[in-house]
Amino acid sequence: MNTNKNSYTFIYASIVVIIVAFLLAFVSSALHSRQQKNIDLDKMKQVLASLNVRNVKDAEAAYKQYIVSEQLLSADGSVATSTQPYQMGEKGGDKGCAFLCTTADILDKRPVFVASVDGQTKYVFPLYGNGLWGPIWGYVSLNADRQTVYGVYFSHASETPGLGAEITNYEKFQVPFGGKHVMKDGSVALSVVKNGNVKDAEFEINGLSGATFTSKGVSDMLQKDLSAYAAFLGVESNQ
Amino acid sequence: MSLFSKKNKEVFTAPLGKNNPVTVQVLGICSALAVTAQLKPAIVMGLSVTIIVALSNLVISLLRNTIPNRVRIIIQLVVVAALVTIVSEVLKAFAYDVSVQLSVYIGLIITNCILMGRLEAFAMSNGPWESLLDGLGNGLGYAKILVIVAFLRELFGSGCLFGYRVIPQWCYDHGYLDNGLMLMPPMALIIVGCIIWWQRAHNKDLQEQ
Repeated sequence: MNTNKNSYTFIYASIVVIIVAFLLAFVSSALHSRQQKNIDLDKMKQVLASLNVRNVKDAEAAYKQYIVSEQLLSADGSVATSTQPYQMGEKGGDKGCAFLCTTADILDKRPVFVASVDGQTKYVFPLYGNGLWGPIWGYVSLNADRQTVYGVYFSHASETPGLGAEITNYEKFQVPFGGKHVMKDGSVALSVVKNGNVKDAEFEINGLSGATFTSKGVSDMLQKDLSAYAAFLGVESNQ
Repeated sequence: MSLFSKKNKEVFTAPLGKNNPVTVQVLGICSALAVTAQLKPAIVMGLSVTIIVALSNLVISLLRNTIPNRVRIIIQLVVVAALVTIVSEVLKAFAYDVSVQLSVYIGLIITNCILMGRLEAFAMSNGPWESLLDGLGNGLGYAKILVIVAFLRELFGSGCLFGYRVIPQWCYDHGYLDNGLMLMPPMALIIVGCIIWWQRAHNKDLQEQ
């Protein structure tokens, strides 16, 4: 058979493409629910990490244990929506309202995860911003006074290994956030400053040397996203 | 011809040694630099490339007499891209942490020169069994270099292997420091260079006159 004829080439290419398209569509739909579950479990682990609950084997059970409810706040700091925390089920599960929020929703919907660690109420706020090379994100948890940082978790897409990527380093970068305060005179004062330039240790964290832009990215992210919660943070909790 | 004739064994073992795709043909360097800061992603990357080279070699070899000559590169690419997409989806479903770590590099297997090189140079003119062996050989040859580089980089760069600390604390107490440069891509290039140097020094065949 002459495999160089135009008609043969055309038909051959069409058939190959159709077969491949069906194959990929099949694989994608067959694996979709499993992939989504992995993504959700990963998000749970991140929320838990900000509560200093790390290296959990069963993120689903731990999430159920620690998270009490998920809330969306209105601009004045009152609770607009409150739902049960995410329950995994047969068909993808019942997602809580805070869990459903994409990172772009933070400023509009103000999602909060309400947690209880050893009987103490904690609030977890999602964060999303820009590092040097790409997006960075994280979660910050506050004590019941809505002022004191209990723990943080940061991650990134493509910061430089060994420099900007060190924001994921628990001991070196994340632990020092514990005990810092967020609000000062009605605005967010919690920030990351250049390494060695901490003036007010109540609010400021030493940045990473060699990773000025990533450190600044973390600082901007904290300021911008936590400002959306200013009304909520300004009120002392009754609990 | 028997399945494991001398020639077939040669097809499989040559890329592991004297005809290594990374150190002799200098292909696939980009990903060798990118994913070798730690052992685990290096191993997964090596295995993924091995599976994809072997399968795409097999598929192209089976199709080789039917592929129209003018679109052969495109057909090769379609086959490779489909296999890479499937591997990436499977990783996302069954090894999510690893797929996050490898991020874009799985997708970039498509552009790994080893693949196109083997398809064009070997699978288009050899039978399926030989092509499968050639693919496995080249993939493992690539994986071997990745693992060596990753071992050295993780050990000296962060004092760990597979994420577990192996350099004892008292070394740090006595002033030992991890070498941050080891974690940067240039160091991978230097290590690959050293491996090439070592290999050439021990193989007269590889030395130019």
